[in-house]
Amino acid sequence: MADLHPLHVTVNGQAHRCSIAPRTHLVDFLREDLGLKGSHLGCEHGVCGACTVELNGQIVRGCLTLAVQADGGSVQTIEGLSQSGVIRDLQQAFVARNALQCGFCTSGMLMAAKELVETRPEATRAEVREWISGNYCRCTGYHAIVDAICDVLRQRKETQA
Amino acid sequence: MKRDITNLEPGVQVPTTVAPVTEDQRYIGASVPRGGIERLTQGLGQYIDDIELPRMAHVAFWRSPVAHMRIKAVHADTARAMPGVLLVADGHDLAKVCKPWVAVLGHLAGMKSAPQHALAVDRACWQGEPVVAVVAETRAQAEDALQHITVDYEELPLATDMETALDAATPLIHPELGDNLCFTRSLDVGEVDRVFAEADAVAEATFEFGRHTGVTLEPRAQIAHWNPAEQRLTVYHSFQAPHMMQDLYGRQFDLPASAIRVVCKDVGGSFGIKVHAYPDDFATVALSILLGRPVKFVADRLESFTSDIHARHHRVKARIAVNQSGEILGFDMDDLTGIGPYSMFPRTSAIEGNQVVNLVGGPYKHKHYRAKLNVVFQNKTPTCQYRGVGHPIACAVTEALVDLAAQKIGMDPLKIRELNVIPDDAYPTTGASGIKLEVLSHEASLKKLRELMNYDALRAEQAALRQQGIHRGIGFATVIELTNPSAAFYGVGGARIASQDGATVRLDPEGDITVLVGVGEQGQGTEGIYRQIAADAVGVDITKVKVLTGDTDVTPYGGGTWASRGAGVGGEAVLLAGQALRENILKVAAVMLKREAAGLAVRRDRVVDAATGEELLPLKELGRVAYFRSDTLPADFTPELMVTRHYAQRDYPFIFTNGVQASYVEVDPDTGFVKLLKHWAVEDCGRVLNPMLVDEQMRGAIVQGIGGALFEECLYDDAGLMLNANMADYLVPMSAEMPDIEVAHVMTPTRSSKLGAKGAGEAGTAGAPAAVMNAINDALAPFSACVHSQPITPEKVLRALGKVV
Ligand code: FES
Ligand code: FES
Repeated sequence: MADLHPLHVTVNGQAHRCSIAPRTHLVDFLREDLGLKGSHLGCEHGVCGACTVELNGQIVRGCLTLAVQADGGSVQTIEGLSQSGVIRDLQQAFVARNALQCGFCTSGMLMAAKELVETRPEATRAEVREWISGNYCRCTGYHAIVDAICDVLRQRKETQA
Repeated sequence: MKRDITNLEPGVQVPTTVAPVTEDQRYIGASVPRGGIERLTQGLGQYIDDIELPRMAHVAFWRSPVAHMRIKAVHADTARAMPGVLLVADGHDLAKVCKPWVAVLGHLAGMKSAPQHALAVDRACWQGEPVVAVVAETRAQAEDALQHITVDYEELPLATDMETALDAATPLIHPELGDNLCFTRSLDVGEVDRVFAEADAVAEATFEFGRHTGVTLEPRAQIAHWNPAEQRLTVYHSFQAPHMMQDLYGRQFDLPASAIRVVCKDVGGSFGIKVHAYPDDFATVALSILLGRPVKFVADRLESFTSDIHARHHRVKARIAVNQSGEILGFDMDDLTGIGPYSMFPRTSAIEGNQVVNLVGGPYKHKHYRAKLNVVFQNKTPTCQYRGVGHPIACAVTEALVDLAAQKIGMDPLKIRELNVIPDDAYPTTGASGIKLEVLSHEASLKKLRELMNYDALRAEQAALRQQGIHRGIGFATVIELTNPSAAFYGVGGARIASQDGATVRLDPEGDITVLVGVGEQGQGTEGIYRQIAADAVGVDITKVKVLTGDTDVTPYGGGTWASRGAGVGGEAVLLAGQALRENILKVAAVMLKREAAGLAVRRDRVVDAATGEELLPLKELGRVAYFRSDTLPADFTPELMVTRHYAQRDYPFIFTNGVQASYVEVDPDTGFVKLLKHWAVEDCGRVLNPMLVDEQMRGAIVQGIGGALFEECLYDDAGLMLNANMADYLVPMSAEMPDIEVAHVMTPTRSSKLGAKGAGEAGTAGAPAAVMNAINDALAPFSACVHSQPITPEKVLRALGKVV
């Protein structure tokens, strides 16, 4: 195995300095080294979106990003977003609409939804469907997820008005 | 800590069409949000891969790279010397601790299969069969070492094509069985040839259904922990039936059941994929026993595709006979299905085809039916029960034939269904295949669907658009689904799968209720409906109820989740236990209050005067006295504030549900692309316990059904190798292509239980492929083209249109 590389990264606001095998994926680093189990692994080849996390303000596939690529950067996971409360409305809407069943896709789905409601406040129902079409959900049929995200788009618009 | 359910005022969407089931019904029937899922939205669930135990090791399997091979030698010395490697074991090593199994059922007459092992012994029979196990300190180390395993093998002749599986020239997969036939069944209720000869019209077609698989988002996973000091095995398992696995581990490893605990908590999707006992499951346990430490197995996605069960590969030749008046006279069909090299343990792979035979023609009042089934072995991944077992096949065949018949006699497809369904006042009755139907509502459901979709207007729109060259189609599927199974399904065949389930309900000192149930949670909302039922049955606020499932050390014995039995069987046990607890609460209250129990009731966390509603005793006070001040109670009285009740449905082999779906699609005749515009479902699952949860069960199942109809297929080459065993190439429905799905309910409670609930988890999958296929063929009708091969890919549409050959 190759030598370990130094890694300085801020995760959910907390600074970490460690050494890591260069082949380690970001999601494995988060799950195994930091014990943040909220990001899930559904495919490990970049298709399902269950491993989605935020790196420097943008969502990425945790299974396609190497941990060393996050060096010097800042990562937000579902745990961090939950603690800071920035997606409380999305989380509540998901529960109210039963937009999750087994919940395995939910962390990644919420990450994608967060970026949508923040960057596309005018999104239509069809655009919501399109936006989240990078995230698998095998349980829900998507309808309730779309409902929940549309609810939040509406609520956020109302509170801004 | 703040409880997770707020604003649960009664009256929200409580359906009024059926009488209440409890004295003061507040939650049963209401769209109560499921409690306890906030943690899943915060990334705080605990799936198997999230669990870490001290000294836990990891296993990776070397799986057969070819479809059939003789194992000549395993070279593992290099792997053994790799960093972190603890053990490398092959089939012979594991066979010393784990017995082989043969998956047949006694009541499927003549069924055969061969002994199967935890790891292949001498021979592997499909690409993906586990052959060698490597256990290391970390998963990465195990995978690194895997690359240094060399297996000398000799490829053996193949039997992959189910069409030729029974030909004399085809190699036998298990020579000792004499042929490649696992199971065959013939059913003939008489006069089919005469009826078809005399009919005004006969329509026939050959239907193909692609092999597909479940793709649970959380792959199959488990941690087996053999504790040598205690001689106890604990298995954390992503699974649907913990007691079944407890029993199987006991039998295969010669351990007493009392030495085994199976824990199934957060499960990331199951759909029937996680109700079968896989070789990997036994191998992981065997490795833990050999090492005396915990061993974790988590399938990666690539191995999931070739080691999770597949399902639904059928070729059905079928025909229907009708009169000019639209009367359906009979069905005749021949089903061939390939199941891989072994029947799966313990449910068997013959059940799917058997269900097809039972269900074809099921919604209709015809009297004549003939069916033939051949279930054959092949060198491909084993198949078994997956969501909707056999139903999507039977429904697609039946409903496509009904459409073809309607077309032949020039009748509207909705009309022919309205004419032929078994009338709502004809129950109980027996279907032509012999299935016992308790009470169904086809007529009411069709009526509701007609209104819901605004059928006449939609037909007018379709006709107008056709003028403009836009080709839309409307397709229907009338569905029956078997739920709430009795012991007739597995128990009588010798499989030790519980048909009963139990619930324990306990009043705690603070007036809280703890409920323990044998059926667990895989996302359906099972625990949520149990909370609703328990709260109503006892008479407490729902925030007071905690539900625990998925632990064989703790919960009453039960069958778990399959055949949509959680609400109907598990829910009834909760109701009975809750009501029994309420009776016991009243006995304690009567003693404390020195009044007759008959004049008391439990309402909203208090014992009240039944006649006036006057508050007499908070449950909190009753709990305090019962648990801590027994000195104040009479010496001959002991409070029993924990009760257990069991329920098994015994009146029918199954309780059938029914429903009807419609799909509206647009087909582009130039590209063959199908756009789903809208989907409607009316379903009758008896008493609806939580409309929001049932709607989502329907929608999730419909989308899985659409997957089978349009996208999903395990593609193989001639060498028996799967060509698209990854998520990029194996297509599943994603949100952008899925339509909005409108769901409505008709409620016909079953009389086999007090609760009246039937299952709701699979009907969507059963009906959607038929509705979508019929809609596509309706759109293609002006071109006199039709396609009966699923998944209906753009290429197949173009082929049907004669645009590609
Ligand atoms: S696990 Fe990363 S996309 Fe599936
Ligand atoms: S809720 Fe199970 S995968 Fe989305």
